[in-house]
Amino acid sequence: MRKWTKLAKYSFLTLLGMVLLAGCDRSKYIVLDPKGPVGHEELRLIIISVILCAVVIIPVIGIFVYIAIRYRDTPDNKAPYQPEWADSKVLEVIWWGIPVVIVAILGVFTAKTTLNLTKPPVKDVKPIVIQVTSLDWKWMFTYPDKKIATVNYAEIPAGVPVQFVLTSSGTMNSFWVPQLGGQEYTMPGMSMGLWLQADKTGEYFGSGANFTGKGFAHMQFRVKSVTQENFNKWADSVKKNSPALTNQGYKNLEKPGLEKELSFSSYPKGLYEDIVNKHGGTYMDHMNHMGDSSSMSDMKKDDKSMSGMDMEHNK
Amino acid sequence: MDTSHFFVTGDPMIYGADVSIVLAVVAIVFCLTYFKKWGWIWREWITTVDHKKIGIMYLLAALLMLFRGGVDALLMRAQLAVPNAHFLESEHYNEIFTTHGTIMILFMAMPFMFALFNMVVPLQIGARDVAFPALNAISFWLFFIGAMLFNLSFVIGGSPNAGWLSYPPLSESAFSPGPGQNYWIWGIQISGIGSLATGINFVVTILKMRTPSMRLRDMPLFTWSTLASSIAILGAFPILTVTLAMLTIDRLLGGHFFTSTAGGNPMMYVNLIWMWGHPEVYIVVLPAFGVFSEVVATFSKKRIFGYSSMVFSMIAISVVSYYTWVHHFFTMGAGADVNIVFAICTMIIAIPTGVKVFNWLFTMFRGRVRITQPMLWFYAFVPCFLVGGATGVMLAAAPADYQYHNSYFLIAHFHQVLIGGVVFGYLAGMYYWFPKIFGFKLNDRLGKWGFWLWQIGFYVCFMPQYALGFMGMTRRIYTYNASAGWDMGWAPLNMVSTVGAFLMGIGFIFQVWQIVYSIKHGERDVTGDAWDGRTLEWSIPSPAPVYNFAILPEVKGRDAWWYQKQEMKNGDYQEKPVKYEPIHMPKNTGVPFIMACFFFIAGFGFTFEWMWMGVAGLIGVVVTLFVRSFQYDTDYYIPVEEIERTENEYRNRVLSAQQTAN
Repeated sequence: MRKWTKLAKYSFLTLLGMVLLAGCDRSKYIVLDPKGPVGHEELRLIIISVILCAVVIIPVIGIFVYIAIRYRDTPDNKAPYQPEWADSKVLEVIWWGIPVVIVAILGVFTAKTTLNLTKPPVKDVKPIVIQVTSLDWKWMFTYPDKKIATVNYAEIPAGVPVQFVLTSSGTMNSFWVPQLGGQEYTMPGMSMGLWLQADKTGEYFGSGANFTGKGFAHMQFRVKSVTQENFNKWADSVKKNSPALTNQGYKNLEKPGLEKELSFSSYPKGLYEDIVNKHGGTYMDHMNHMGDSSSMSDMKKDDKSMSGMDMEHNK
Repeated sequence: MDTSHFFVTGDPMIYGADVSIVLAVVAIVFCLTYFKKWGWIWREWITTVDHKKIGIMYLLAALLMLFRGGVDALLMRAQLAVPNAHFLESEHYNEIFTTHGTIMILFMAMPFMFALFNMVVPLQIGARDVAFPALNAISFWLFFIGAMLFNLSFVIGGSPNAGWLSYPPLSESAFSPGPGQNYWIWGIQISGIGSLATGINFVVTILKMRTPSMRLRDMPLFTWSTLASSIAILGAFPILTVTLAMLTIDRLLGGHFFTSTAGGNPMMYVNLIWMWGHPEVYIVVLPAFGVFSEVVATFSKKRIFGYSSMVFSMIAISVVSYYTWVHHFFTMGAGADVNIVFAICTMIIAIPTGVKVFNWLFTMFRGRVRITQPMLWFYAFVPCFLVGGATGVMLAAAPADYQYHNSYFLIAHFHQVLIGGVVFGYLAGMYYWFPKIFGFKLNDRLGKWGFWLWQIGFYVCFMPQYALGFMGMTRRIYTYNASAGWDMGWAPLNMVSTVGAFLMGIGFIFQVWQIVYSIKHGERDVTGDAWDGRTLEWSIPSPAPVYNFAILPEVKGRDAWWYQKQEMKNGDYQEKPVKYEPIHMPKNTGVPFIMACFFFIAGFGFTFEWMWMGVAGLIGVVVTLFVRSFQYDTDYYIPVEEIERTENEYRNRVLSAQQTAN
């Protein structure tokens, strides 16, 4: 028996080692390797929470091991035995107190970060808006400023805050580009905002994070960050070289199925707003459902085009 | 009526299951007939209202469902072991993760918990049965029939495939037509009614059925945890019932509560289901805390440390658990203010939970700790639950959750608290009370094999999943690296995780072997006090006689049996002259089982949207209710002679055991 437990222990350690070795390459851990201010802010909170938790659980595990060894029931154990000792106000105050303090600290950081993320990551650059629609099972991006559309990939200018406004044409998905920042659900009938920004140029992995049925596993997409200049060039070339997305074209796109990366030089006017309204938006006054992007509704007052919503279309 | 798709076809694994189900049924019927056991199984089990027997049936069903859910898990891990695998197709994988989650929470954890409630609580409070014994039998049969209905889905009609909480609009008929999703609704609905009834039953049992001298503050902590958990059931399960009813109206009658068109609001469903779902996880974990409180005190030979703080923290948990549900969808854009409130509430619930760990550790402090099987599971629980709790706090920080949500980080977290907390706790409880219920202990050596395989398997399986979460792997994908261009490096860790899952599976096989082996060879317990226990259940024979306590015990404080034993040792104990009185007991009844059968007919009918059958089943349910209402001959008295005979037998058994020991 002893020999076997030893063997079990060693094989466990070997496996643990394998896991750690496999983890040497940090670039694989995309959540821990953010490429934009939003991702960085979230990573900072992740690190703070890890430290605050470690401060409690590492000593507790230490105390646990110590107590488990010292108070074993062996005949020659010299440790004190007080079977009636079952109460200590001092100790109780300590271990109710410590977690209260930890939660208070973490709570403050959490609240601050939550509020920060509702604002554009940088103030001095004019943000762009990209409308995102999750379909079964593909992603459609529409650019209200450029009047172009893409499927399963998006280009964004580096260093510019991007307001993604999200909706769904049916089932709920979640829009996640880990290296730029955390996710937000796409919900039918609602339009919600998510601020993200890439600091540098590069290609980032994005995926749907909320299950939507058969083709869900294939709902991965590419976010390509390029310089502002290249972004404009790209948009112009899409305008020039790609086909237009017609109403019929969208209807085909809406049918359940997979799709490769596509570009469209234009899309039907008010397409995004129509999608929102068609799936329940008319019942919900979605303009008030901007979620974390409360700042967006503020912006709307100054500059309607910034909202990403084609206001004229909303009768 | 379209029956062309009645049986699921096309998959060799399903055909294999068909064959084995038919063989198993034939074998059971054959054995019962051959050994002439039909009468026995009807009288002793199907119609029983004895809480101990109902507890045993819950336990068997829970282990069976653990097996089924475990097989689901292994199938999923097999599919994910290598990228681009074609072991399971997308829809099949989706069905399997849906049934895995549903079964593990509702048809494994819940009945396992009710098994412990039933086997232990009346014995701990000096009661002769629960408050409503027939209702207790109804609860069991509703759970059982619900579970059977749900499990039927994979061979008849097809399993649900919209996830274990079935978010609409995906779970609406527009996206998930057919019987699969209906199976999910009716399986849970029927067993959920049973769970609600059990909650009511145990609240009343604990408040009204305690032996007269036991005050609330003398109650053992497991009983307290049962009370806290049952109160949470009273609040949470009606929400589930109503939510499922609304989804039924949508699917069956063309309603628009949660559809994305015609003014329905899917987010409403998400809120409702988590208003039940979040308290639900605390409902299942609180009794595990109760188990550990008993186990640690007994095996440290010491009073539980900070009893009032333990009670307070359990009640606090069951209250605060109602104010955290939004943390399951921080990413649905409820707004910063809402997210902050629920983030902080979620962190707050970690405080009483953490305090309990300190109290257990200081119960061991200055004690004498015996390492037995229940204690081993406690040792496994502490680090596992601490880490799982810490990742829970990390998830509670809302903006950080934007990065964890629906990723494998989340999967690792909740498996760590649900396996490390709930399953380890219930297994500790099973090992601890096994001799009380069955009269023998479970074999140590096989148990240790099972234990270590579980432990190693657990960490090998789930630690890599935290890493996979950081690598951006999301849950519920049936394959990866399939689309061109993206190799995220998920393959090696997935392989490791699969190895771990299979180790846990082998651990479970050892435990089954352990139980089977111990039936014949397990150490017999003749004293009734297998572990030198502290609470009342150890003061009576194992297995307990049908009436539990010949005379209602006299309790002077906490740990009543422990102090009585001390007095007996010191010679201070004055045995009062025994005067037995006839004991009032409930009679067996077949109504609960028959009612459950009608529920099955109703559930099956509505699942296939055959209204005539569903309505007929419901009429049957109402009729059985009436029949029960007009049954007046529902109780009987056990005569004094029979009590004397039983008690003497037990006393002689103990005496002769003591003589052979000397």
